[in-house]
Amino acid sequence: MMRFLGLRLGRALLTIVLVVTFAFVVLRLSGDPAMMIMSPEAPAEAIAAFRKAWGLDQPVWVQYLHYFGAILQGELGQSMRDGRPAILLVVERIPATLALTIPALILKVGLGIPAGIHAALHRNSLTDRLVMAGAVAGFTVPSFVLGLLLVLLFAVQLGWLPSGGQESWRSAILPVITLGLGGAGILARFTRSAMLEVLGQPYIRTASATGVPWRRVVRGHALPNAAIPTVTIVGFMIGSLIAGAVVVESVFSWPGVGRLLVVAVANRDLAVVQCILLLVASTMVTSNLIVDLLYGVLDPRLRAGGAAGAH
Amino acid sequence: MSATALPILAPPRKRLRMPALVILAIGWIAAILLIAAFADWLRPYGITTLDLRARLTPPVGFGGTMRHLLGTDELGRDVLSRLIVSIRISLVIAFGATTIAAVLGTTLGFLAAHFRGWVEQVVLMLIDFQASMPFLILALSVLAFFGNSLALFVALMGLYGWERHARIARGLAISANAQGYAAAVRQLGARPGRIYLYHVLPNIASTLIVAGTLSFPEVVLLESGLSFLGLGVQPPMTSLGNMVGYGREYLTRAPWILLAPSSIIVLTTLSVSLLGDWLRDRLDPTLS
Repeated sequence: MMRFLGLRLGRALLTIVLVVTFAFVVLRLSGDPAMMIMSPEAPAEAIAAFRKAWGLDQPVWVQYLHYFGAILQGELGQSMRDGRPAILLVVERIPATLALTIPALILKVGLGIPAGIHAALHRNSLTDRLVMAGAVAGFTVPSFVLGLLLVLLFAVQLGWLPSGGQESWRSAILPVITLGLGGAGILARFTRSAMLEVLGQPYIRTASATGVPWRRVVRGHALPNAAIPTVTIVGFMIGSLIAGAVVVESVFSWPGVGRLLVVAVANRDLAVVQCILLLVASTMVTSNLIVDLLYGVLDPRLRAGGAAGAH
Repeated sequence: MSATALPILAPPRKRLRMPALVILAIGWIAAILLIAAFADWLRPYGITTLDLRARLTPPVGFGGTMRHLLGTDELGRDVLSRLIVSIRISLVIAFGATTIAAVLGTTLGFLAAHFRGWVEQVVLMLIDFQASMPFLILALSVLAFFGNSLALFVALMGLYGWERHARIARGLAISANAQGYAAAVRQLGARPGRIYLYHVLPNIASTLIVAGTLSFPEVVLLESGLSFLGLGVQPPMTSLGNMVGYGREYLTRAPWILLAPSSIIVLTTLSVSLLGDWLRDRLDPTLS
């Protein structure tokens, strides 16, 4: 178990290093930020001073080491636009994003998992077909299309709800539904196929053949086993709480992290982009780590088998 | 995820008859492919041709005329023509990207299966990295910072979903290596390249094709999402997502600009998903 933990932890850290490196390489080598921030007509001394101030005059690997060193000290740089620490800009947007993504997650789990289980237990019934149709729709309708359709219906035609902005809690309804419905569909589909796979296993047949009531077979044998793949998906959804609403935030002009990212990328605000990337990576990696540990709890085989079974 | 537990007994053969829904899906895909192939003959107008006297004309049946079947946008550009060309561009991107992802992923998966050791660890780490980061975030940064050419965009989309192929190819190649046929060819003196290309690949191709069918709609959605945000296909070129993003500005006055490409996106991803699911059930029930 310790070996398993250590391996997982090492891999998680490596992933973060990779993300930082990726971000650094892409962002630094792709263009000259000095030219983007200052106009090309700016005097050469001003550009040189800007470069010096931001450390852009040094070789890339020095910048990279400095960047890593700064991160280790908890410094994530300042926004090039208004000079405030990037981390502050990002952190102050997090509540707005979570205000969308947490209710959406509750909607996904509360709707998706029961629907998937029900569909699997009543295979080929009308509800199964409805759930599957809904699941496929949730999977194939892009969030911006769903969002805009909801706006068209509830904001433009009926006038019940605001189409965007963040004036009151009512503004959050449409984005939350947009985020939640799609995810619920995906989750229902996964839960259903996980359940079906488990229900086809010999131990289920054995359990029910030995006279265990079906209800107890489902609760005691099928659900715990089907939980393993489902937990992965939920883990991914938890990991994307911060970054999962980029498109939806744009559709509804919601001032969250996703919106900030799109604007920062458009402005080449390197510090902010890197800060968000790092934040997203750490939440994803942390939730993956937790999922891996949960595997150990849910699936005793993995405790002995080490990391090999995780893939 | 769980390609480990192969059933001991072969599952009972599913009935051979194709469900009506799958036939419909195949019909739709065929129609879309034909439209994409003959886009230049089918489109009634050029995509940048302006008809300034017929701006924001609604589609036929909603007060429009036969001149513009699906109406026009605020510059008087024909929505149908733009739609047809958008279908072509979106499909070219999705096909190109899916192919790149399949080739890249399969190659990496084979490399991992062949060399094992640190090569495998590196590939597994890359898979982890790819799977643990929301691709949209990575793509956003790359695109906005490298600017936008169609070739780069396709290449970037090609990085999406390779890890699924890599994972499958690695797992299946490892088990193929343990089987008689691969060992037999190796004993006969075949080089690794030959073994993997001519012997292992044909044996696992069906699974890989199904995986491709499953990631194709995701690429379509990703491309349209990025284009919707204004970071994908750039004007004057047009793609389905691009049209939706543009039509959003006219949501109240001219919803048809947005509804036409939206329905194409939904129907196409739906059809390919249905086909992919059906193929998976038929060809490879172990794939999840």
